[in-house]
Amino acid sequence: MGNKQTIFTDEQLDAYQDCTFFTRKEILRLHGRYHELAPHLVPMDYTNEPDCKVPLSLIVNMPELKENPFRNRIVESFSEGGDGNLSFNEFVDMFSVLSEMAPRELKAIYAFKIYDFNVDNFLCKEDLEKTLNRLTKEELTPEEVELVCDKTIEEADLDGDNKLSFADFENMISRAPDFLSTFHIRI
Amino acid sequence: QERQSGRRRKRRRRSGDKKEKKKKHQRRRSSSSARDGREERQTKKRESSKKQREKHFKERTTERNEEEAQTSSVKATKTNKNINNEKTRKTKTAERETEKRNEKKMDKSPKTIERKESEGKNTDKSKERKKHKKSEEDKEEQEELDKEQEEVRSECLSPEELEKLKEAVDERKKLIQSLRVKPWPMKKKLVSLRESQEFVEKYEGALGKGKGRKIYAYKVIMTKKWMKFERDFENFKTTLIPWEMKIKEIESHFGSSVASYFIFLRWMYGINMILFCLTFGLVMVPEALMGRPYGSIPRKTVPRAEEASAMDFAVLWDFGGYAQYSVLFYGFYNNQRAIGWLKFRMPLSYFLVGVGTVAYSYMVVIRTMARNANESGIGDDNSFNFSWKMFTSWDYLIGNTETADNKFASITTSFKEAILEEQESRKDDNIHLTRFLRVLANFLVLCCLAGSGYLIYFVVRRSQKFALDGLENHTWWERNEVNMVMSLLGMFCPMLFDVISTLENYHPRVALQWQLGRIFALFLGNLYTFIIALMDEINLKRKEEMIVKYNITTWENSFNGTVSENSTATPISLHPADVPRGPCWETMVGQEFVRLIISDTMTTYITLLIGDFLRAVLVRFLNHCWCWDLEAGFPSYSEFDVSGNVLGLIFNQGMIWMGAFYAPCLPALNLLRLHISMYLQCWAVMCCNVPQERVFKASGSNNFYMAMLLVILFLSTLPAIYTIVTIPPSFDCGPFSGKNRMFDVIHETLESDFPVWFSKVFSYASNPGLVLPFILLMVLAIYYLQSTSKNYKEANVKLKKKLQMQNEENKKKNKRAALKAQMDLEEARKASSQQKHVSPRRHYYSKNGRNPAPPVGDRSLRRSAPRTYQHVNPGPPGYLPGLPRQSETRMHRVPSLQRH
Repeated sequence: MGNKQTIFTDEQLDAYQDCTFFTRKEILRLHGRYHELAPHLVPMDYTNEPDCKVPLSLIVNMPELKENPFRNRIVESFSEGGDGNLSFNEFVDMFSVLSEMAPRELKAIYAFKIYDFNVDNFLCKEDLEKTLNRLTKEELTPEEVELVCDKTIEEADLDGDNKLSFADFENMISRAPDFLSTFHIRI
Repeated sequence: QERQSGRRRKRRRRSGDKKEKKKKHQRRRSSSSARDGREERQTKKRESSKKQREKHFKERTTERNEEEAQTSSVKATKTNKNINNEKTRKTKTAERETEKRNEKKMDKSPKTIERKESEGKNTDKSKERKKHKKSEEDKEEQEELDKEQEEVRSECLSPEELEKLKEAVDERKKLIQSLRVKPWPMKKKLVSLRESQEFVEKYEGALGKGKGRKIYAYKVIMTKKWMKFERDFENFKTTLIPWEMKIKEIESHFGSSVASYFIFLRWMYGINMILFCLTFGLVMVPEALMGRPYGSIPRKTVPRAEEASAMDFAVLWDFGGYAQYSVLFYGFYNNQRAIGWLKFRMPLSYFLVGVGTVAYSYMVVIRTMARNANESGIGDDNSFNFSWKMFTSWDYLIGNTETADNKFASITTSFKEAILEEQESRKDDNIHLTRFLRVLANFLVLCCLAGSGYLIYFVVRRSQKFALDGLENHTWWERNEVNMVMSLLGMFCPMLFDVISTLENYHPRVALQWQLGRIFALFLGNLYTFIIALMDEINLKRKEEMIVKYNITTWENSFNGTVSENSTATPISLHPADVPRGPCWETMVGQEFVRLIISDTMTTYITLLIGDFLRAVLVRFLNHCWCWDLEAGFPSYSEFDVSGNVLGLIFNQGMIWMGAFYAPCLPALNLLRLHISMYLQCWAVMCCNVPQERVFKASGSNNFYMAMLLVILFLSTLPAIYTIVTIPPSFDCGPFSGKNRMFDVIHETLESDFPVWFSKVFSYASNPGLVLPFILLMVLAIYYLQSTSKNYKEANVKLKKKLQMQNEENKKKNKRAALKAQMDLEEARKASSQQKHVSPRRHYYSKNGRNPAPPVGDRSLRRSAPRTYQHVNPGPPGYLPGLPRQSETRMHRVPSLQRH
């Protein structure tokens, strides 16, 4: 256990540990990864909380996200402005939510945001089509896509408005057996 | 209590004396209470009762000195930190937020709510404006308040205030603890963390008074220290988990199914570690340190005939020679009841460790299974087939291009399958042919199994013949035939099964389970053939032993006869290496198992090196000068076979369980093996494997493996227990020599080491009259539990069905209600536009302050709408990280509304 690091003060590290699911070491490692992304942008000294952001294009090229069909959405939904540029706080936040320890409810909230492509707080048919096309690399025929989207809405829509609200989504996802095991990224 | 009431009285007197102080006090109190309220709002978990209490409290304060209370509470709503500019900024942002929220709501909320919203909005806005004005006035008073707050601590508080403060502090603490599960952006989390920490620090000291205060402060400090220690400990613990980084890396490359193998391997390693500690600490070390040394008695000495070759590497590699006559095997242990200055009960310890090993393994496996069943026991209904496929099929862990491609492909096929099933247009082409092929395939597999079983039996019998001839005059192959044949069968039969299973045309998941079942049957058959052959050998050895025993007695008799003739002669002392001895079947069994493990490990590693590494190297480097594409075409790179590897691991463990009693070194060997394979396989996977094409999910298969492990555990303890209970131990080797049965050691201990009454009680307890009813009772209990669990299961299924029905009904109802509401709204609109000829936009009405809707429409709306509200409303307030501030600002308004 070294106190040699000069990136954060101990209070900052404690605060991060209170706010995320990470240990001290992991937070330092996260900072290392963050620094790696843009060495010229990110300072090695965070004690005075500098204001810097790493652009979306650099973040989605991380090996953890590179193959993910929803990488842009993930990064966008964790950025404050929705433009995909992440400050270190948001970066940590993202991996905290996607960590193993995060509870199902928290994950569901962000999963909903990720799948909500047009940010209208509902999963409508276009969102589902986009999701499906990214999942299958557009190998399904339009009719098949149509069918699947219709079936999905029919299954999960409880209030009959032909789109999925968060309540519908949560109800559905809370019973999914694989959601917890698949919706996490190890870093 | 008395003290408290006394204090209260005092306080009352004092407050009567000093009106000035009371005023200050009042102001401060109200400010703090308002502050509390604010915090609670932030947590958004305020219960209505608490809210009411607070309102009540505020009202009281307003009555007493209106002016002051007003100003201070308004102040307090906005200033949590005592910096002015920050305060103004906050109010601004709050305002902005409200506006934004209202706009948003206007956009998205169904038209049914619109009216109310706009009404509320206007009032809100006016309130907000007023508040803003007030805040500017209050700036000067702010500083005064700050000074007062310094004094707060030393002053006394009334009990209810104390209570309130305590509640607030507790609330803050709860907030700090639950901060990480809040869906807020990090900035907000950090700010609220700092605020609440400051708050707690500030007011925690004020809670205790006089004597109690010191203790309280001490307690607070201690809890803080304890928390810090806990956190450090947690950090430390995570660094101790072995191979975590390696597994994470693999997981991110190959997905969760490959990683699940390595996690299983690690778990196995943990179990073996415990087993190793048991046997090493309680059996091997005591015997090595305190037992009689090597060469002191015949069982601890290499016999004269073997002495010449006892140090040869070939012999040692076979665990003969010096290795055979060492603590590694059963035969080395002496039957001395207590050894060393500790009076260590060696035979008893040996027996108990054997039992403990099995018991511990059972416990761990069953506990893990139960935990897994708990975890995976939720979702087995199929009501969200498509939705789950849509939202949970992508494994976010995948970070490797090929894995990702495979995943894409498998998702696509799974969707296509689901679509096909949905359309129910599955063409069942020639069901007779498939049936015939399946029967044929099963027949072929059965033939394979029978053939391999016979082969092993044949080889074992042949090796016995070789052993009788003497091993020296045979080749290496003939000596190691059994193990090699078993390993080869284990290697090639699964491939054969794989080929056969293509005949069957099953769904991949079903096919995988068939495949696993078949390999399981093969391994099990092989193992049991091996054991049966071993039993034959044991019987042979026992016959040999009888002969040796007879010879020794006759020899001793003749020797004694000569001694009695001339008693003056000294008895001939034989060197322990020359003493004739029995064959010691226990050591033989232990040796067989050790050899089996070694050869199994070797074949695993060699196939890994040749099949994976060499193949990868060849494919990689010959690809430049070959006529077809080697990487994409025929040989390509090998896949990591999760199921096969897991099965190998399970069977290996089964052999350990079976042989550990006769060879205490087995857990140590296994530990070594697992350690090496962890590194070797990690390396091999990362360097020369490609991800599987058939990516199947890791969850759910875990308990399948565990169930197999349990079966293996049971099946492997069965023969061990059988030999322990039925076959008498050898007469001249091992800790139980000279006893009729191995478990007699318990009896002996009871008789000689425990007081008389204990053995008496034990003998009473163990008589059939007591044991039989006890067993009966246990059976009854099991039966009872089983039937209740069955009932619960049925009830569960019924409830599930009911729930589903209700869900569907609700869905229909909601749809109908929504439709009706829409129609009503439409009607109402029409009616109102006809009546009043105003533009139909809603907030016009509310600005005028009139109730706009015609009574009929509105009422019907209210009657039918609640369901829709239920589903629409719970969304916004809590779930989006961007939004929660809204509710905060809305809460602001409540007190201000009251005041004006």
